[in-house]
Amino acid sequence: MATAEAEIADDRLAGVAGNLTKAQQSQLTRSRVRAAWLFLAPMLILLALVAGWPLFRTIWFSFTDANLSDLGSAKFIGFENYLTRIDGEWYGVLADAEWWNAVWNTMKFSIISVSIETALGLIVALVLNATFKGRSLVRAAVLIPWAIPTIVSAKMWGWMMHDQFGILNHMLLGLGLISAPLAWTASPDLAMVAVIMVDVWKTTPFMALLILAALQMLPTDCYEAARVDGIHPVKVFFKVTLPLIKPALMVAVIFRLLDALRIFDLIYVLTSNSRDTMSMSVYARQQLVDFQAVGYGSAASTLLFLTVALCTVLYITFGRVRFEGR
Amino acid sequence: MKRLLGLIGFYLLVAVIILYAVFPFYYAIVTSLKAGSELFSVNYFPMTWNWGNYVSVFREQPFAYNLLNSVLVSFSVVALSLFFGVTAAFALGRVQFRGRGFLLLTVLGVSMFPQVAVLSGMFELIRGFGLYNNLLGLVISYMIFTLPFTVWVLTTFMRDLPKELEEAAIMDGAGPWEIIFKVFLPLMWPALVTTGLLAFIAAWNEFLFALTFTLTNDQRTVPVAIALISGASQYELPWGNIMAASVIVTLPVLVLVLIFQRRIVSGLTAGAVKG
Repeated sequence: MATAEAEIADDRLAGVAGNLTKAQQSQLTRSRVRAAWLFLAPMLILLALVAGWPLFRTIWFSFTDANLSDLGSAKFIGFENYLTRIDGEWYGVLADAEWWNAVWNTMKFSIISVSIETALGLIVALVLNATFKGRSLVRAAVLIPWAIPTIVSAKMWGWMMHDQFGILNHMLLGLGLISAPLAWTASPDLAMVAVIMVDVWKTTPFMALLILAALQMLPTDCYEAARVDGIHPVKVFFKVTLPLIKPALMVAVIFRLLDALRIFDLIYVLTSNSRDTMSMSVYARQQLVDFQAVGYGSAASTLLFLTVALCTVLYITFGRVRFEGR
Repeated sequence: MKRLLGLIGFYLLVAVIILYAVFPFYYAIVTSLKAGSELFSVNYFPMTWNWGNYVSVFREQPFAYNLLNSVLVSFSVVALSLFFGVTAAFALGRVQFRGRGFLLLTVLGVSMFPQVAVLSGMFELIRGFGLYNNLLGLVISYMIFTLPFTVWVLTTFMRDLPKELEEAAIMDGAGPWEIIFKVFLPLMWPALVTTGLLAFIAAWNEFLFALTFTLTNDQRTVPVAIALISGASQYELPWGNIMAASVIVTLPVLVLVLIFQRRIVSGLTAGAVKG
């Protein structure tokens, strides 16, 4: 639909004065297309330089024994960084228990934090969608966590969760919920909980704003009908609102999920290279920079890229299905 | 009665949301105003107004340089991505040509790249250009995440501008360059402000590239500087300094976001881009 309309518009543009000959019209269209490519070229070249080329090189490095101190002397070694068998033992990223630990951490983190963010985001969005005094104040307040740099959030919460002087332990002790101070970021059981808590605080606003946009586009008539029929608001929410915003909700969830899969800064700053919270990104960077193993680290990066690429393809397909369905 | 209870419950929920959103930053401000051993007692309200941490954060490390670096990098990133974004959005939003849909999908795909996935290739590139430990290297590498969403949001905006304007301009004999910069640009301020702000925030907050591609303290941007503030030992982090530095970097962004909150909300939802 939209394309056809635009084409008509383009034809109209080409034959603007109405008294141009066919040849002149097509020449105008052609010069427009040529201009378009000319305008696109700088952006495409820049994108190829900063995205395409580095990605290509990273994938190439993953098949070499490259070392950070001397990238030039990298030799092709095939799949050895991924998986290889030497003297009856398996080596490579895919045989590394630490890698699978990072994969498991990333999955756990992504699924739990995005689920909580979706639930809380829905609540905040529903509140913001109601008309009440002080609504703009709430919206401003909700934007604050989103605006705060991730590093700052990690440090702020790191201080609040400090095992000896942290306000979180102080509060929980005061309320009698815990009997002794907890080492939030250091203990193996709680470190992931801590990371999820901070991420939920930081990204729920984003989720809420996306859901709010979907809520504000809903038609009002079915709500009026529901009110006239005296249906309980909770039932209206589950029977009307939720099904109507489901497509937008799914897109938001997948968007957040893709973002969560590549988490780096929060974990790196809050719990540093701790094994209990290490994500795929943290693992890859540790190999690349700390251990200088560019080949091996690139193999891990490539695996992460493939994971995210797979999800992106699913997302784009899903997005298109939704688009055509309308 | 039931109505009243519902109302009270609702406002209670509102209060909880506000408190949850605001408290951590508020507590950072309270902490930043404490001196010495006051840090080790928990207070919900500022007891003293001690600006010592704000002074020492500048004295004990090149924090002024870090701030300047962040400002330089962020503004350059915004200017570059807006320029390339506007020209590309004109082509993608206003002209029909083969491969347009594919290009848009490619751009969208790039915005999903995990930064780690390009880290080693980018490192090689930056070193190849001799830009390691150089702000220009950061500016170039940041294009990977600001350019895609700038192009994406500006394209959707450009597509919705009225055709009549362009027709009239063509009638007057204007070329594409004049159409973009004399006809469309004046209409695009809202979109430019939104995308510019989002690009600014993304560049201001970026951590992984800044951490990996800089080496010396005076070339670092603020997020890296804050992450690397350390004390005599791991257990003696100067929390007062860290909180003061955190407040300093957050305030400008916060002010911008609160001033332009409507724009930002519409920009976030229009492109469904990551912040």
